[in-house]
Parts: sequence; structure tokens; C-alpha cells
Amino acid sequence: MPDALVFHFDVDGENFTSAGQASTAIKRNLRQLGLPPEIIRRVSIAMYEGEINMVIHANGGDADVIVHEDCIEIILADRGPGIKDINLAMQEGYSTAPDNIRSLGFGAGMGLPNMKRYTDSIDIETELGVGTTIRMKVNLT
Amino acid sequence: MNVEGLLEHGFTAVALPDGSRQIDGVYIGDLLSWVMGRAQMDNAWITIMSNNNVIAVASLADTACVILAEGVELSTELKELAEAKDINVLSSPKSAYEIAVILSGLLA
Ligand SMILES: Nc1ncnc2c1ncn2[C@@H]1O[C@H](COP(=O)(O)OP(=O)(O)O)[C@@H](O)[C@H]1O
Ligand SMILES: [Mg+2]
Repeated sequence: MPDALVFHFDVDGENFTSAGQASTAIKRNLRQLGLPPEIIRRVSIAMYEGEINMVIHANGGDADVIVHEDCIEIILADRGPGIKDINLAMQEGYSTAPDNIRSLGFGAGMGLPNMKRYTDSIDIETELGVGTTIRMKVNLT
Repeated sequence: MNVEGLLEHGFTAVALPDGSRQIDGVYIGDLLSWVMGRAQMDNAWITIMSNNNVIAVASLADTACVILAEGVELSTELKELAEAKDINVLSSPKSAYEIAVILSGLLA
């Protein structure tokens, strides 16, 4: 079996205006691999939502995208405050985002629901005061 | 209907790097996660938001074009970003509702 292809990005927590760089780069990379547009769309939206969350809620982190033979895996890891109640955070409309973020069009509380909507599996590991790691998979077959 | 075709119906080109792209359906919204969750690929996306996240969302959600309603303008920097990212952006002085009515006729 060929080695899986891995893309790594540092997500800068200071720079909200450049947020989305990792997901746009991934979109380009997946296009070059010739993957179907609908798969690329699902991966890049899920990743963008996660990337934005790391910037808004966790002061940045690391993003890895692994292209396996049968799926694309997205791993987002931060050392932010953690998520107190995952069930609540997964609900559409729940958000702790501040007003300045809302005025940019974010903070609708739809990010985690979108990540779930567009991926085949999502696993959230979080510990208060330690950080959050989100693993998502989009199947290729 | 392709994006370029809208220029004959009162829309102004702000950035048109991919004018031959076909439009299939319309989505209206300003909250970016709603747009990513609900807009479909190839939709024309009508919004009054004009920051750089709009360009990113249009790219990731793979919409056919962004239509800025109510005469909302894009900065020169963002026009360049749109061109670089291959994102079509049009503008109109009309409201989102009026634009949707026009598109409804054109796409029928
Ligand atoms: N990486 C993260 N670290 C800490 N908290 C998070 C993280 N991601 C999400 N959250 C929490 O979950 C809530 C819901 O997230 P989301 O659905 O993306 O909505 P939004 O980002 O619009 O607030 C956030 O408001 C925040 O409280
Ligand atoms: Mg979010």
C-alpha cells in the first residue's frame, strides 16, 4: 500500500482575517489530486469551520489532513480552553462567540453542526484548560 | 444561464474570472455558516457581507458567483483576492429580494 499523503498547517490564532488559509490550500491540493468536487467541497467546508473555531475559540492550533486510500482524515488540535458541554456545542445555534466575530458573519452556532453534516465521522476529544482535538473523516468510496 | 449572462440584466461585474460558469439555483444569506451548510454547489449567492471571509466561503462552498446586494462594494484588495481565487463577484443596487425575483425569472 502506498504511503498516505499528509498535509500539515499551523493555524495562526492571532490573525482572524487570514483564517481559512489552511482550508483553501487543502482545496487546491485535493483538486490537484483529481478528487470529485463534492468530496473536496465537504472536506474543505468541514475544515474551514474547524479552522475558524480554532482561531475564534482556541487561539490557533495545528491542522493535518491525511489522504488515505479510502478516506480523507482531518485532524484539528488546539491547546485552547476546551469545550465544557459537547452536546450543547453540537446544537445548531449554540455559540459563545463575541459580537465582533458575529459582525463578520460568524458565530451563528452552525460550525460544529456543519462539520458533522459534511463528514462521515467526527470524534471530539476535549479537556477543560487543556485543549480540543477533533478528528473527522470523509469516505472516498 | 451563466454568470456573464447576468451583465445584460442590470448586474455589474466586480470580479469575473470565470464568467462562463453556469448558475444552478440561488441562496440568500449573510451568516457564513448558514451559507456553508445550506447553499448548494453552483448556486448564485446573494449577500450584503463584503469581507474577505465571503471570498473564502464562496470558494469552499463552490458557489457559481457572489452577488452583492443593496449596492454593497468590495475593496480593491478583495477584488484582487476574488480574481486570484477564481471567484465571480457581481453587484446590484437592488435588494436581495428583488435580485432573487430577477434570477427566478432568468433561471426558470
Ligand atoms: N476548538 C474549540 N475550542 C473551544 N471551544 C470551542 C471550539 N470549537 C467550538 N467551541 C465551542 O462550541 C461552540 C459552538 O461552536 P460552533 O458550532 O462552531 O459555533 P460558533 O463557532 O459559531 O460559536 C462555540 O461557540 C464554542 O463555545
Ligand atoms: Mg464555529
